[in-house]
This record gives sequence, C-alpha cells and structure tokens, in this order.
Amino acid sequence: MSAMNPSFSRRAKPLTLNDSVWLRHTLVIISLLTIVLFLILPLATVLIEAFAKGWSTYAASLAEPDALAAMRLTLLVAAITVPLTTVFGVSAAWAIARFEFWGKNLLITLIDLPFSVSPVIAGLIYVLIFGAQGWIGPWLSDHDIKVIFAVPGIVLATLFVTFPFVARELIPLMQEIGHEEEEAALSLGANGWQTFFKITVPNIKWGLLYGVLLCNARAMGEFGAVSVVSGHIRGLTNTLPLHVETSYNEYDFVGAFASASLLAGLAVVTLVVKTFLEWKQKQDLKAARQAAAE
Amino acid sequence: MPQSHIMPGFRPALGFTLFYLALIVLIPLSAMLLKTLQLSLEQFCAILTHKRVLASFSVSFGATLIAASVAAVLGSIIAWCLVRYPFPGKKLFDALIDLPFALPTAVAGIVLATIYEPKGWIGKVVMDSIGVQIAYKPLGIVVALIFIGLPFVVRTIEPVLQEFDSAMEEAAASLGANRWQAFVKVILPNILPAAITGFALAFARGIGEYGSVIFIAGNMPYVSEIVPLLIITKLEQYDYAGATAIGLIMLLLSFVLLLMINGLQWWMRRRNGQL
Repeated sequence: MSAMNPSFSRRAKPLTLNDSVWLRHTLVIISLLTIVLFLILPLATVLIEAFAKGWSTYAASLAEPDALAAMRLTLLVAAITVPLTTVFGVSAAWAIARFEFWGKNLLITLIDLPFSVSPVIAGLIYVLIFGAQGWIGPWLSDHDIKVIFAVPGIVLATLFVTFPFVARELIPLMQEIGHEEEEAALSLGANGWQTFFKITVPNIKWGLLYGVLLCNARAMGEFGAVSVVSGHIRGLTNTLPLHVETSYNEYDFVGAFASASLLAGLAVVTLVVKTFLEWKQKQDLKAARQAAAE
Repeated sequence: MPQSHIMPGFRPALGFTLFYLALIVLIPLSAMLLKTLQLSLEQFCAILTHKRVLASFSVSFGATLIAASVAAVLGSIIAWCLVRYPFPGKKLFDALIDLPFALPTAVAGIVLATIYEPKGWIGKVVMDSIGVQIAYKPLGIVVALIFIGLPFVVRTIEPVLQEFDSAMEEAAASLGANRWQAFVKVILPNILPAAITGFALAFARGIGEYGSVIFIAGNMPYVSEIVPLLIITKLEQYDYAGATAIGLIMLLLSFVLLLMINGLQWWMRRRNGQL
C-alpha cells in the first residue's frame, strides 16, 4: 500500500461535522482512551520503572558490563544487517520497478513472506541448518565454527526478519516515480552507475532512508527470532532486547527497564524521524507532480 | 523480458535479488520442510494431535481471533476520528499509532505485564472493580495482541477514509437517508474491505507473535501457552522434530494468510477504483 495520498485538507467535511456532538465525543473519547491505555501509558511506564530507584541506579545498571556488552552486540548486529538489507532492497527494487519479467508478482510475494512468518520460525530454520543436530551442524563443530548460540546466528536471524523492509518501501516508490528521467540520462550518455547515483538515488532518498530507518529499528529491537538462536549467554550473545528479558526474569526490574528505556528511546526517535521523512517524501512527490504538470 | 533496452543492470540486479532471497529465506525455509519429511505421517500426526499442542493452537487461535476483532473495531473508530474529527493533539496521536511497530516486542512485553498485572496500574483497577485478572491469564495474551494489532487496522483504514469521497455521503443525505442509513449503506461498504484487510494483517501478525505475549501470558501449558512458545520449549528440550512439525503448520498458515491478504488488498484497490 502506498503512503502517498493526495492531501485531504482541500475537502470540506460539512456532513461529518453534522454528526451529533454526542456521537463525536463518544468516538473521540473511545479513541483517546485506547491510545492512552495501549500506547501512552506503556511508554510512560518504561520511564517510571527505569527511574523507580533514582537516576544513579539507572545509570549504574546501564554501565554494568553485561548491559554494555548487550549494547555493543546490538550495534554490531545492526551495522552488519542494515547495509545488507539495504543493498538487497535497492537491487530488488531496481529489478522489479524497472523491468518486466515472468514471475514478478510471485517474487514480490516471496519478498514479503518474512513479514508474515513468526519470528520464532525465523530462528528455528537456522537452528535446523546450523544447530548441533542440524544439516551442517556436525561439519561446523568439526571445524570449530559456531553459528548457533553465537553472533553469526543472531545476524542471520536478523537478516531474515528485516528482509523486506527496504525493498517494500522502494518498489512502489520507484514504480510511482517512473523511469523517464533515468532513460533521459542514459540516452545522454551517462553510464548505469552514474544514472543510479545522480538520478535514482536523489529521487528515492527519502523513501530509502525511511526503509533503512524501519529496518534499523527492527534489527536493534528484534527479540523472538534472536531469542531462538542466541542461547542467552550474558555478556556474549545477549542483544539489548535479550538483556531486557534476562534482567526481567531475574527480578532486576530497574535493570530491565533501564535497558528497555534505551530501546523505547530508539522507538520514539524512529517515529519522529519517520514522520519527518513521510512529510519530506510527500513534498517531493507533490513537487514532482507539479513539475510534470507544467 | 526487459521493457526497455536502454535500462541497464537487469541481470545483476535480479540475479543478486534471487540469490539473496534463496540464501536467507527460501533455503532455510525449505530446511523445515525437509526436516518434516523425515517424519512418518503417523509421527507427524502424533505430534500435532498431542493434547498440549492442540491446547496451544486453541489458545493462540482464540486469543488472536478475539484480539484482532477488538483491534479491528477500536482501530476503525480511531481511524475514523483521526480522519474526520478535529481534536487537540491529533497529529501527535496519529504519529503515536505506529508505536507498536517501532517498540521492540520485549519492551512491550515487560511494560504490558507491569501495567496489567494484578498489582499494576490498570490491572489493580480492573481486579478491584470487576474482579478480573488480566496478566498471567489468557486475557493477558489478548491485551498484548490488541496492542500489536491496532496499528495494522488504523493504517489500513486511514488512507481509504481519506480517499473516500464524502460527495457520496452528501448524495445519500440529499436523497433523504439519515446519518445511520448513510453509514450502513454508503460508508460501511466502502471501508469494510480495508477493515477486513486490517483484521487479517493483525491476525497474521498476532498468531506468530512471541515477544510481547510471553511476559504477560503466564505461559501455563494447556491454559495460556501460545504456539510460538511451545515451539521454543520443544527446541530447548532438543525435540527438533516436534518443533519443526508445529513450525511447518504455522508456516503454511502464514502462506495462506499472506495469499488471503494479497487477495484482500487487490479487492480493496478495486473497490476504491485504483484498478
């Protein structure tokens, strides 16, 4: 579904405003109540619980070696997976939005597939291949290579769950933009890479950043898939979300919520930047439409 | 077949896409199928008809069905208010809708458990007033899945409502329909495909959800144990065959849901005249 809707401010809504005050207020109150109970209260709770024993306890639990190791691992996993998912997304979008070929719709469906697969299954499949009883598990252990219960497994599981993020943003966007400008550049003698970096990238930059942003949020926040392959070794294979779980299960609530507050902060920053990028992209498309009309 | 001979990079782009798709998604998923094929049909059926497995499927299905339905209703109301009514702070609330997409599920899990447990802010109020315990009961699963499902519904209905031409409502009104008739005959048929799609998306996400559920569920076998948790439990007991057989059913279910959702989105676009 494209996020590109024409602005709706131009439409007057006389009828809606004729809805009885009683009805309007009831519906708005139901909406606000739901938003407060399900969205605002949870966000506030993270902070309240994180600072329940004061600032110094909060800071101390974040400075714990295990917490620091978890942060480092989370950053490392994101640093590996986000670029790979981005390169894949761009190349998939280039192939799908710029060319016609047999089986294109099937390919789009398959790219979306990881979205609808349970994260637990995303972890399970790699255990079946690389685990001790897996396909190549024995060979790996003969050669002293650890994938499951180690960083490579965490990276693989994260690659799976973030798989569609960039591609599904770029495909509709590049289809909407069209290929006239690129063809013009090519016919004027630019080579493929020049065209890509000078024409395509500037055109899709907001959508690309949007996909990268959401991909990063998921990569840093993934829990289920990573939980299956990680082994939960404190200080070694615990990512930040897993560290939240470990601390919580050990009744270290301040520790759990302190780490959780970092992830919640990431979520809020993601939402703010996302809103900004959506606005930017809408502006760009509007400008492009106007230019095309003139 | 390339549509334009001048556009370069078809082979490398498609080649890399297919290679990466096979490496990360298709080969690992087929590992699950092959692992299941090692089981005889009787073993496969024995795993799936085990009482604990059946119980977890009914917990997962029941909770997800209820949660997705509640999310569909609440989400429709929220989308309606966000598009149609002016109220203070609307932009902020609109941006907040996506929080469950952005908030890591483990964080959602511990937070919801903290709020809805018997001593928590809301859990206590509900416990004291109507004597119902939310967290560590199946109801807790429903709460977590409503949280997860809500943005799917809102974000599916919102654009349809924005595109929806209120001229049709005006026409209905000028032909003498009252507001309720206009809603049932004009608005509802137009947003129904989106509401059903949102419901299906919320269901598909909810049935496989793990992180936000396990902290609030209580995880009692036969009572509040969801299917994804049972898969993990079996893996931890090195029962790879059991985990894989259940996983395969879940995977097939995702396939079916994905195809259904694609169909629904196609129906939605057609209804809205984009096809």
